Amino acid sequence: MAVEQKGWNRNQMAARAAQELQDGWYVNLGIGIPTLVSNYIPEGVNVTLQSENGMLGMGPFPFEGEEDADLINAGKQTITELPQTAFFDSAQSFAMIRGGKIAMAILGAMEVAENGDLANWMIPGKLVKGMGGAMDLVAGVGRVVVVMDHTNKAGESKVLRDCTLPLTGKGVVDRIITNLGVLDVVEGGLRIVECADGVTEAELRAATEATILD
Amino acid sequence: MKKIYPDAATALDGLLFDGMTIAAGGFGLCGIPELLIAAIRDAGTKDLTVASNNAGVDGFGLGLLLETRQVRKMISSYVGENAEFMRQYLSGELELEFNPQGTLAERMRAGGAGIPGFYTATGVGTVIAEGKEVKTFNGREYILETGIIADLSIVKAWKADPSGNLVFRKTARNFNPPAATCGKTCIVEVEEIVPMGSLDPDTIHLPGIYVHRLIQGQHEKRIEQRTVRKREGV
Repeated sequence: MAVEQKGWNRNQMAARAAQELQDGWYVNLGIGIPTLVSNYIPEGVNVTLQSENGMLGMGPFPFEGEEDADLINAGKQTITELPQTAFFDSAQSFAMIRGGKIAMAILGAMEVAENGDLANWMIPGKLVKGMGGAMDLVAGVGRVVVVMDHTNKAGESKVLRDCTLPLTGKGVVDRIITNLGVLDVVEGGLRIVECADGVTEAELRAATEATILD
Repeated sequence: MKKIYPDAATALDGLLFDGMTIAAGGFGLCGIPELLIAAIRDAGTKDLTVASNNAGVDGFGLGLLLETRQVRKMISSYVGENAEFMRQYLSGELELEFNPQGTLAERMRAGGAGIPGFYTATGVGTVIAEGKEVKTFNGREYILETGIIADLSIVKAWKADPSGNLVFRKTARNFNPPAATCGKTCIVEVEEIVPMGSLDPDTIHLPGIYVHRLIQGQHEKRIEQRTVRKREGV
């Protein structure tokens, strides 16, 4: 049963996240809402998308009948190449991630804490899929932006004082974009950057367990 | 010494033993050594430790070796697409060592490059760091990870020449080069073995020094997530 969500929908969150991109950047987009960000890259901003399975310059999904089993993204979806595309192996791919060459990663999360801790790979006893490249990305890239719903299905805040789930990275998140607004991780807690359309600051604070500075 | 063998079973002859460690190339089902995996299934080798980014799917790729219970332990970064894997893992039949994807790739690269260990910031402050040496460089913490040396590497490339020089295609390269380098013996399956001299030496992705045995065969190349867009107008 779909409950009407307050603030931004998935596409609006992706569009807001796309505002984070700067011309000339190399960027890695995670699975889910972050993938939608590529639909909203502002005019005049040229970014090169990295796919950690070994590609820079990721193009759109192929037209039907033009899928190539040898050309997929990190979510294992068929994709296409662009004129500037380059392919490389996984060791090289993570060398550029670990080496800080990727300006920004935009990824989803299960929980984020006010100190920038991120949990997005495991629910003990329930979900054991693995971290894939997420731990490498959050440890290596210049800036980490999380895009996620502000609360879980039970209505509880996913923006917490401390993460309860196993961490993906410690103190790694720079900015959080949720359906309710945009928050920055700063010394001592979170700072509100903006509220989503139709959301008041009081509503954003009330929906957040983490410390929000005045 | 001739590197070309007639088929996967022959290429594996004399190399398989129970309890061995195998490094496999591939990402998802893309660029996996599907012929060699099927031949290892047929050979029945048991108690395998397999280092591979993923574990295949039910009924294809490394999923074949899970169905037959030939795998004792997986070293992987992501195993979400395999229900049989989950079942065996949650019931304690299968051991699993999660490695962050870049750490796994670098462990293979390092193992093949004679580097026994390296420090990385990946996983610091997480369960991945438990029991590992921590060292501070320039004020930042790093953990010690070890290189992987496998008894056997199984790899898929696009083309090879008879000397084992390899060319990969698009994102099917992925873990194949690092996996190839970290095996004491490396067997490569390709779509086409081309005549000596027909590959441009400047475009070879992995030189034949890493390749010991070579086979050519038909590949299914299954697509895991077929995703397409609509053509606009007609």
